[in-house]
Amino acid sequence: MLTLAVFFLAFSASAQSTDINQLIRKAREKIDQVNTYEAKGKMKTNVTFLKVPVANITMYFSKPNKLRIKSEKGVSFIPKGAVSINLGQLLQSNDFTVIDAGTDVVGKTEVRVAKLLPNDDNSDVVLSTVYIDPAQALIRKARTTTRENGTYELEMNYGKYSEYGLPDKIFFSFNTKDYKLPKGVTFNFDDGSQADKAREKVKNKKGRAEISISSYSVNQALPPGIFVEAKP
Amino acid sequence: MWNLLQIELYKISRRPRTYIAFAAISAIVFIFQFAFKADGASYLNLMMQSVQDSFEIDRSKAINGYFMCYIILNTLLVQVPVLVALIAGDAISGEANMGTLRLLLTKPVSRTQLLMSKFIASFIFTVILLLWMAVMALLLSMVIFGVDDMLIFRVKGEESQIMQITKDDIIWRYVAAFGYAAIALTVIAAIAILLSIYAENSIGPIVATVCIVIVFTVVSNINVPIIDKNVKPWLFTSYLVGWKGFFYIATTPDGEPIKGSLENWPAIRNSLFILIGHIVLLLGISTYVFNRKDILS
Repeated sequence: MLTLAVFFLAFSASAQSTDINQLIRKAREKIDQVNTYEAKGKMKTNVTFLKVPVANITMYFSKPNKLRIKSEKGVSFIPKGAVSINLGQLLQSNDFTVIDAGTDVVGKTEVRVAKLLPNDDNSDVVLSTVYIDPAQALIRKARTTTRENGTYELEMNYGKYSEYGLPDKIFFSFNTKDYKLPKGVTFNFDDGSQADKAREKVKNKKGRAEISISSYSVNQALPPGIFVEAKP
Repeated sequence: MWNLLQIELYKISRRPRTYIAFAAISAIVFIFQFAFKADGASYLNLMMQSVQDSFEIDRSKAINGYFMCYIILNTLLVQVPVLVALIAGDAISGEANMGTLRLLLTKPVSRTQLLMSKFIASFIFTVILLLWMAVMALLLSMVIFGVDDMLIFRVKGEESQIMQITKDDIIWRYVAAFGYAAIALTVIAAIAILLSIYAENSIGPIVATVCIVIVFTVVSNINVPIIDKNVKPWLFTSYLVGWKGFFYIATTPDGEPIKGSLENWPAIRNSLFILIGHIVLLLGISTYVFNRKDILS
């Protein structure tokens, strides 16, 4: 009887593990259809010390892992971890161990949770957790912890480009460092106003960026040299 | 009165020291522009510090004509009072020194009229100096560096901030800021004229005015809470940098700047009233003292 129970438990664990691997494979197949894309949209940045307007941006992606976010006009503050918006990169390598972490709910969607542990000890990514919608094989949420740049979190809403696994809306949160200027440097006009205490509470915590994409141009040629870094 | 003013303006235009002010401003602006053209990124690195670890910023866009003008004004408006004092401090004492004051007052003009014409001439000089600054620091920088959104680095309370103003929302702020600066510098002119009444040569009132500005400015920027609370509000130098208030843009609760807005207009307005109050008070005292000044000795 005991042997039977152990056998049953082992079998069901194995079945669930296979299931999550299949789900990840299905999600990756969707993303793999996209060789390049150019997406136009708006990015709203919400960081305590930054008072910046909504930026009109264009995102360029090319397989396997090139991604650039460019502001159409004006000075822009692009979160450095935004490269993790590249979901393909997250799932591309098979060099990770998948741990089935059960189910959860993102928004109103019930999702499967998978933890991806890189097999490479020197990988910058320490752990990725992906929340996959099993019905559509779409990644709804991803959390990536890195050695150097803290933890990034992505939450995605899908619309008309869901067949490619491309989101319409991305909520991106990231760690920010405290920003402090010496008072004497700026010769401020002291108007007696104080910083917003409510916003100050989230100091040293998370920054958030919200990217709303209005259109994708999938698998079309990208402007040449778009991934070449501009010199300062 | 108009004739008196014309004469005073003519006298100012004939003095070599008048052009020292314009040359000094030109030289400082050129040095700034050259330095930022050569290595502006280093300045941005200093101001951005840890922000660069979290964000990618297009530095070539960030260093533009609007940004340059703000940096130059930030530095220059601390020194320009010295240039204003050079002219205004000479207004009465210069006449006394040359022995023309007594002769001037034998003419059928009242002492108040004479004083007012000298004050207005100093004010016009200040405005022309600021216009020159606008041409050099703003227009020339726009030509050299181009235009784009403007970044403002600021310490608010205990928090440091970076504000971004879109390029279509900047020019009116500069017009207002230069207008404010004209009033702020007129306070310096009024102080110099008052001190000039007491002196028999120009050096005394010029140096005294400069010393007052330096000491008050240092005290205004000490950043010790007890001085911030009890002393700073009483120093006119605390309000000289009020022009910056036009670049402190109001934001939504999410931190998004609201185009065409000011974060704290009442504070700017109150500062303006305080500065205008200083001008009226100083001119009143000057008129009183000058009307009773013994010019026979």
